[in-house]
Amino acid sequence: MCTDCGCGPAPHHHGHGHGAEDSARTVAIETDILSKNDRLARGNRALFAKQGVFVLNLVSSPGSGKTSILERSLRDLRDVHHFAVVEGDQQTDNDAARIAATGVPVKQVNTGAGCHLDAHMVGHAVEHFDLSSLDILLIENVGNLVCPASFDLGEHHKVVVLSVTEGEDKPLKYPSMFHHADLMLLNKVDLLPHVDFDVERCKAFARQVNPAIRILEVSSKSGQGMEAWYAWLGRAAGKRSGGRGPSL
Amino acid sequence: MHELAITQNIVEICEANAAGRKVRTVHVEIGELSGVVPEAVDFCFEACSRETSLHGARLRIDRVPARARCRTCAAESAIRSYHDPCSACGAYQLDILSGEELRVKQLEVE
Repeated sequence: MCTDCGCGPAPHHHGHGHGAEDSARTVAIETDILSKNDRLARGNRALFAKQGVFVLNLVSSPGSGKTSILERSLRDLRDVHHFAVVEGDQQTDNDAARIAATGVPVKQVNTGAGCHLDAHMVGHAVEHFDLSSLDILLIENVGNLVCPASFDLGEHHKVVVLSVTEGEDKPLKYPSMFHHADLMLLNKVDLLPHVDFDVERCKAFARQVNPAIRILEVSSKSGQGMEAWYAWLGRAAGKRSGGRGPSL
Repeated sequence: MHELAITQNIVEICEANAAGRKVRTVHVEIGELSGVVPEAVDFCFEACSRETSLHGARLRIDRVPARARCRTCAAESAIRSYHDPCSACGAYQLDILSGEELRVKQLEVE
């Protein structure tokens, strides 16, 4: 019997052959390629919701100052919120050591050849924390403006960091990352007098890619603008509910 | 090079569905906005499928064009990037209709 349609062996003409050379069969799949990651990310999100942890995924190109922003934020806020940090890098635990020096629990994930964190890595990294004691988990992704955009980690928001020593057209060059972020931190604004960086043009580019994106100008070195970022963080973390991100 | 991880996922999904049968053709869809480069997936496929039931299989990649609907005037446009405006009124507030796909469509098995 034909396994495609259940018909008998008599000759028939409805689009499939029965000879040995025609034995190929079509199997419909219709499965998202990232379905496994997305399933694990949903699991992470459910766990974070259950434990009442607000989670951010910080993404940027290498050298934009993600770790410096975290260091300053943790030193300024560690008495206000209970934090933990997951540090993603291809190699070394240098960044984890910098975070550990602030006294906040940190878990380094080395991705080796991998260019991004995925939901599986994050799921295991957070096993190292007592989630029920945390308010905010900050995940510093691998410095890369391309690949991390595709991988949901179970976070409430992606926060993209761009520094004024980079090109102001980065939102146009790497649109996927800026499209999927809810907040953009424009870092190193203390250097603006020394660089050719048009802040308004950069903001316009970011809003072209993502009209809803919030943009805050900060300097992790001078502290300029950090209060606005802390206020956003406190508000967003305070509003978390049922695993859904707060409205911005 | 997240295409390596993407391709490993494609092979994993196909292996599970092929259930031991030899795979002749894999058909996937990659949207133009997905951030995944089809040529790089093609490049990774041979290495990722080695010693699996997909070894020697043909990979067919269809690009899914990006389309969006304007929140201002409701016109539908073909776009090439997230920063393209509505082709009718020039506004940037668009809802993406297609182009973000990353999907294994079907297999041909022996």
